[in-house]
Amino acid sequence: MNENIYLPHIMVIDKITVEAPGVKTFRLKFQNEEESKAFQFRAGNFAEYSAFGEGESTFCIASAPTRKEYVECTFRHAGRVTSGLDRLEEGQTMGFRGPFGNSFPIEEWKGKNILFVAGGIALPPMRCVIDNVLDLRDQFGNVTIVYGAKSVADLVYKEELEEWNQRSDVNLVTTVDPGGETPDWKGEVGFVPNVLDNVAPNSDNTVAVVCGPPIMIKFTFPVLEKHGFKDENIYTTLENRMKCGVGKCGRCNVGKMYVCKDGPVFSKVQLNDMVPEF
Amino acid sequence: MIEVMEKYIIKTEQIDTWLKRIIESIPRVLAPVSSGTKTEFRKIKSTEEVDNKSFTTTVSAKAAAFPPVETLFKYQKDGKDTTLTEESFDKYPETVLWHARSCDAMGFSPLSAIFDWDYKDNIYDERRNKLTIVTFACIQSDECCFCTSVGGGPGNVEGSDIQLTTLNATDTLVEVMTEKGQKLIALLPDIFQPLSEEVDKEAVLAKMPVRFTKEEIKEHVSNAFDSPVWKRQSARCLGCGACAFVCPTCACFDIQEDAHGSHGRRLRCWDACGFSLFTQHTSGYNPRPTQATRWRQRILHKFSYMPERLGVYGCTGCGRCSRACPVDMNLQEHLISIANSNHE
Amino acid sequence: MNKLQEKATNLLKEGTVKLIIGFEQGNNKIRPLFCEKPEDVEKLIYSDDCSTNNAVYLTKKELIGNDKIAIIATYKEVASIIQLNKENQIKKENLMVLTVGKDGDVTELTSFEEMEKFCEESTPAPDPVVAALVERIDKMSREERWAYWKSELNKCIRCYACRAACPLCYCNRCISEVNCPQWLDPWKSTLSNIEWQINRVMHMSGRCTGCGACAKACPLDLPIGILTKKMSTDIKEMLGEGEGGNVLSTFNPNDKENFIH
Repeated sequence: MNENIYLPHIMVIDKITVEAPGVKTFRLKFQNEEESKAFQFRAGNFAEYSAFGEGESTFCIASAPTRKEYVECTFRHAGRVTSGLDRLEEGQTMGFRGPFGNSFPIEEWKGKNILFVAGGIALPPMRCVIDNVLDLRDQFGNVTIVYGAKSVADLVYKEELEEWNQRSDVNLVTTVDPGGETPDWKGEVGFVPNVLDNVAPNSDNTVAVVCGPPIMIKFTFPVLEKHGFKDENIYTTLENRMKCGVGKCGRCNVGKMYVCKDGPVFSKVQLNDMVPEF
Repeated sequence: MIEVMEKYIIKTEQIDTWLKRIIESIPRVLAPVSSGTKTEFRKIKSTEEVDNKSFTTTVSAKAAAFPPVETLFKYQKDGKDTTLTEESFDKYPETVLWHARSCDAMGFSPLSAIFDWDYKDNIYDERRNKLTIVTFACIQSDECCFCTSVGGGPGNVEGSDIQLTTLNATDTLVEVMTEKGQKLIALLPDIFQPLSEEVDKEAVLAKMPVRFTKEEIKEHVSNAFDSPVWKRQSARCLGCGACAFVCPTCACFDIQEDAHGSHGRRLRCWDACGFSLFTQHTSGYNPRPTQATRWRQRILHKFSYMPERLGVYGCTGCGRCSRACPVDMNLQEHLISIANSNHE
Repeated sequence: MNKLQEKATNLLKEGTVKLIIGFEQGNNKIRPLFCEKPEDVEKLIYSDDCSTNNAVYLTKKELIGNDKIAIIATYKEVASIIQLNKENQIKKENLMVLTVGKDGDVTELTSFEEMEKFCEESTPAPDPVVAALVERIDKMSREERWAYWKSELNKCIRCYACRAACPLCYCNRCISEVNCPQWLDPWKSTLSNIEWQINRVMHMSGRCTGCGACAKACPLDLPIGILTKKMSTDIKEMLGEGEGGNVLSTFNPNDKENFIH
């Protein structure tokens, strides 16, 4: 008998980190040892996270697949389910259904330089692939990360940002929107696309991965084009309202593409071909 | 072409005797039953309940395998812990769908295509496997029907386990397409006479002129994303869910929580892409913000995206959407208009 | 061309209005017609029998925009427009209201006073079928009524055609669409179907004009129109004819409360 594709795994909340106002990271461990051993995923996959009694919400798996003991998700509390998740405490159980979707084609990037560009709450879907790359550091060329948020308080993964900053094999540029800086802020001030333009990334043998709110992406793509990036070397993730995660409920499709099956990772070439319904 | 395994003649007056035996043997028999001014599929306990004169039902028969509400699992919270329990498949009864139409039977193909795409939906599959479909060929049609324009027909046997066609006052043709159908025949074998000479089934069927082909429609709509036709056709659409809910092939659903404090169930229920909130993000952003974009999605999904991704069209030409629509969005009329228009 | 079509053609040719909402013969019913170009007018007819109350389109910004439009109105549209205006949903300077008399003459109702007069003069006769059903249910005991509504509303599939067809259901987010908190279970069940209808009727208190669009829209022909009809009658009896504002949004300390048990 096939298994029930709507039945979540039971996870124990191992650790909660408050990243920013309204934003938390949950570190989750499988309650069942065997499920934990059998579980595999790839960077870019997403899952449906349950607050039993409220429902499910869709987030990427924010931890790297190279780190086997746990899975992490980062979310902002915004609606019914995320508010329900927000009320949970360490030690409590919740649900996890996944992994779903496609993944970043990391194997194709071996030997290349990688440019990561992210804004605000969109660093989580990137963090899984950043950490994946850093865990296999010698397989890749230069790694540049450009990350910005509205204000210093809104930057997520503050500890991780410090770790990346300390590494000599990573070029990290952080920025906050004008007006979001604090007196002791040492990073850049400006919107991500502008800061990226100043960084003037070299597009030679480089793959660009961009995640952010639609407005940031809209202004980032032209900057990449200006610096010589070809569409087939640009990747992004799409978000849509989702429920089932497995291509059946009909909600997430963009034309004939299903974000839950053909995505969430898309190359710009695919994006150019898709109807403007995202 | 669907193979017909066996053909019989049954005396029309004996059909109810057979139905009685079916009701005695099968836990659940669904048939068209008079419901106020309408006719709907309901569980029957006796042959008298069947509305034999009914042309068709308002709501399709898809509920037999894809009900309006069904439990996905139950949960029980206990302190920090949670226990999940799946519904036992024993709860899904063996079912005979009686006196459905060819367009109902054909509708299960796109449903199965969706529910079995990559991930197998075992809940749907269990219900579908336990379902035996007995259709009665159509001897009448109305201005909303267009089954022959989408690869179906009043006597089409695709999806049926058994099809009955009333030939005249005394005799009914019985065509058996599957083993499931054979099992029903075996409940009362003596009343079925193997067919001795060919009968002209076509002659008694409703006349359904072909107005267009589905491939024609696919070709037109696939190039028409930016066409003004969507706004024009959808101007009067009120954005309710009537068309999607009565449709035999619409499978879009919502997942909800039926919460009662520390215990509850997660369920799925019918949903419709015509509702304004269907694709709206929590942020308030909506990729399909107008009724025109939602109407376009409905047509493109059924006539372009589904055939391209799943190899099956999302329409059987049953006309239920057109009959149910409060503002006469007649699908056949809209499709003919699309087929006749030129898109640059 | 008849007088209505002539008038409509001229309005569009002169650019006086950007859109005319009227009626046309559909496949098996009279349905709404949207005329933007003079060529569209040839299908325009006038009918009391339209399946919808076209006032429902007056609150749809994506259709109407900020342009001046005209609506070909029968009693039910005019009554709804008067109520919509009381609720600040009508910009009169952008709306031309046209009615057609028995002789085919087109009259513009230029003010709300004229609209009220029109309604007084053309109130349709009460539907005997509806009246008979209301009487029948009125005579039932509480247990019989509960059984009746359970058996009827059990059939409802929650397609919300009733809500979509009602000109006065224009909330951006209906109570059935709110999930924080989840006031109504959004899935079909006898109890939540009854709760939905009760909510719908309660929110129509003192506002419903009795057009019956909700009942006409229901694909299953459920008797939901009589709920709003009966509610309107009950309110008139219990709280008077509506002086001093809307029942839902006005509180008068002198209101009778003897019907609250």
